[in-house]
Amino acid sequence: MEITTEKYSVQYDATAKIVTCRGALRLAGMDEYAPIVQLLDQVIEDHPSILMLNLQELEFLNSSGINVLSKFVLKVRGQKDIRLVVQGSNAITWQERSLTNLQRLMPQLELTWE
Amino acid sequence: MAQIFGNFSDQLSVSQEYLTIVLSPSSAPLQQRWHNNGLSADFMADYFATFFPRSEESVSNNNSKVKIKSIVSFIANELLENSMKFSDYATGYPISITLQLHEDGLVFLATNSLNVHAVHHFQSLIQEITAGDPRELMIHRLEKNFEEQNNDTSGLGLLTMMSDYLARIGWKFETIQKDPEIVTVTTMVSLGL
Repeated sequence: MEITTEKYSVQYDATAKIVTCRGALRLAGMDEYAPIVQLLDQVIEDHPSILMLNLQELEFLNSSGINVLSKFVLKVRGQKDIRLVVQGSNAITWQERSLTNLQRLMPQLELTWE
Repeated sequence: MAQIFGNFSDQLSVSQEYLTIVLSPSSAPLQQRWHNNGLSADFMADYFATFFPRSEESVSNNNSKVKIKSIVSFIANELLENSMKFSDYATGYPISITLQLHEDGLVFLATNSLNVHAVHHFQSLIQEITAGDPRELMIHRLEKNFEEQNNDTSGLGLLTMMSDYLARIGWKFETIQKDPEIVTVTTMVSLGL
């Protein structure tokens, strides 16, 4: 599964169980994020026991995008049997500032930095 | 008469170094121009990054070129997105964003018109997001949005600025014209360096 545009991409590698987000996500409100939300819902339906969310090349995320990622984390939290590992980058300021919020939403979430 | 909420200062020292971008709300539909928010925010960020780091000794948390660029881009983009969302397009009043460089920090000022009927809603939103520790309020809001399947993300950008960027935010509401009535809101975001 994959959504790719000139500015960003969101991919799910169903074999490796990795969701990778790249580029700059600043879509207008939740309506424009709907296809991404749909992709992320399908990832949860696939029910991987260990799921990686790789954000290391996601340079920019607006607050609607923060809402989307937070909802995704809360949905995973509700599953109880999915282990979620979020891979962030210290070199990207928004991640350094805001990624720990995901861990506050889901304390079992593992956050790794490159 | 102006109404002030939060940390809004009318007595800012004069800044010699500033940049203002004005967007006319009537030249193209909102959807087509959403992309401009990112362009304008990135331009502001690139422009101001040239002034950083301000001195070799003070390369602190907020002070490196890369960080300042990323912080300015996030804040300016959120302010422009909010202005686009709340602007009352019927008034033809433009949206403007100014970024000023001060000795001790950066000040953003974003102004847009607001539908007279939306003023109350906006002010109660302000009261909600300034009613406690922004870090707690932010987590609370994210949980609430999830539980209520709420797609309205208003306030989340402002909370992120306060909680994750330690920004101080204030608002000024003004009735700038009586007949027909035009109300504007200016959002001030101050960031220490």
